[in-house]
Amino acid sequence: MQQEEIFISGRNIPHIDPTLEIWHWPISLYLFLGGLGAGLLFFAAIITVLGKEEDYPTTVKYATIIPPIALSLGLLALVYDLTHPLYTWQLYTTIRLESPMSWGAWVLLVTTPLSFLWVFSYYSELFPKWKLKFNFLNNFEKLLKKNRKNMAYALIPLSIILGIYTGILLSAFNARPLWNNAILGPLFLTSGLSTGAATILLLAKTTKERHLFSKIDLLLIIIELGLIIHMIMSMAAGSEVQLEAMQLLIGGEFTLMFFGFVVILGLIVPAILEFTEIIGYKVPVAVPAILILIGGLVLRFVMVEAGQITRYLY
Amino acid sequence: MRYAMVIDTLKCVGCSDCVVACQTENSVPVGYCRDWVTESVSGTYPTLELELKSERCNHCDNAPCVRCCPTGASHIVKGGIVLVIGDECIGCGACIESCPYDARYQHPDGYVDKCTFCHHRLEKGQLPACVSVCPTKCMYFGDLDDPNSEVSKLLKRRKHKTLAPEAGTKPNVYYLI
Repeated sequence: MQQEEIFISGRNIPHIDPTLEIWHWPISLYLFLGGLGAGLLFFAAIITVLGKEEDYPTTVKYATIIPPIALSLGLLALVYDLTHPLYTWQLYTTIRLESPMSWGAWVLLVTTPLSFLWVFSYYSELFPKWKLKFNFLNNFEKLLKKNRKNMAYALIPLSIILGIYTGILLSAFNARPLWNNAILGPLFLTSGLSTGAATILLLAKTTKERHLFSKIDLLLIIIELGLIIHMIMSMAAGSEVQLEAMQLLIGGEFTLMFFGFVVILGLIVPAILEFTEIIGYKVPVAVPAILILIGGLVLRFVMVEAGQITRYLY
Repeated sequence: MRYAMVIDTLKCVGCSDCVVACQTENSVPVGYCRDWVTESVSGTYPTLELELKSERCNHCDNAPCVRCCPTGASHIVKGGIVLVIGDECIGCGACIESCPYDARYQHPDGYVDKCTFCHHRLEKGQLPACVSVCPTKCMYFGDLDDPNSEVSKLLKRRKHKTLAPEAGTKPNVYYLI
């Protein structure tokens, strides 16, 4: 016969009980925007390093207007979710390597201005009608243009760290069994790159660029599906708290959101659409691209909310 | 020096005096608490077992809250006590997410707050408020590095457990069972 247990806790603290509600929608949104920005910057940098700027203008030029906006909005969202926001500057009084949030904050401090500089280096090509009024700004733009490749070299590692960081931020917490798996870093990086590729796909004007990013995105989706299977398998073979965490995704309140919006509509359907496009059928690329972006956003919301339900004690 | 708290679950009656003493001593805002009492009934009728526990921050040796704090507001002081400096805390909530005991909360003023083992009383040579008021004297406080302290002797003699040891945090609040 099974043992019964009745449990009563005298604790009822706001936002802690019955389940944790410490991180809200701004965190999910930030994780999505950070990944998207990192993905776009990564592709722009890699194309620049390879010297293919002429062939893929959307990637290096037009799409890079998004990262500074996305990262700034993401940072605003982060600060908005702090409960002691006037002390935010305390983040930059120390570097704590053990805390992913600390080095994430420093990486953002470097990457966000760099993303602004990158767009500024294309200013005269992006906004030919609005001339810069001051001479020193024109000189600054020329200087940036000359150093674009150097910026690209810096952005490749920075964007990868930023993309992984959005996942490691969560996976560093062993108290939340759903988050506490090593796959979350690579999974969020892949998802971030995939949403970046989808955005380029959405904005690209030439068939050549569209096809390249269709292929890249298809590959990333396959990797992402593999990582999701890997994540579920590792939790299925885990301890009791991990089994309970997995149950939320595969047979609980987040099943529809996770499998419906992330796995099927966000990954499998766009993969099929992109594949049919690559082999020559006419498919409006906006459909898979938007599905991927929605799927990426929902993935962040599901992981942040479901993770906070999982715990060790009661 | 390694401070530890030992709580005798066989002597605890669940009166919540420790909770009220803490709230009064530390001016804990209304609706919040730094310690709390849990009650669990387990087994199959008629052989039921009741366990009462006064729980709080475990002042872990391997404190995940200190590890993940991005500003260093959460830190460990002499004796292994985990403290938070309110003016360095940005209220990001990382420590709350990282605590397997959910012992921390966001103070209405914004910073993160939790049990301090009554650090201010220890400095004056007094016991933590919760320990000092317990009517059944089921709580003990002392130094685990001293083999002659009451807590060391109790842990040597009695069967005991800690909460969620599988979380790997090496907690310093022990429950005699």
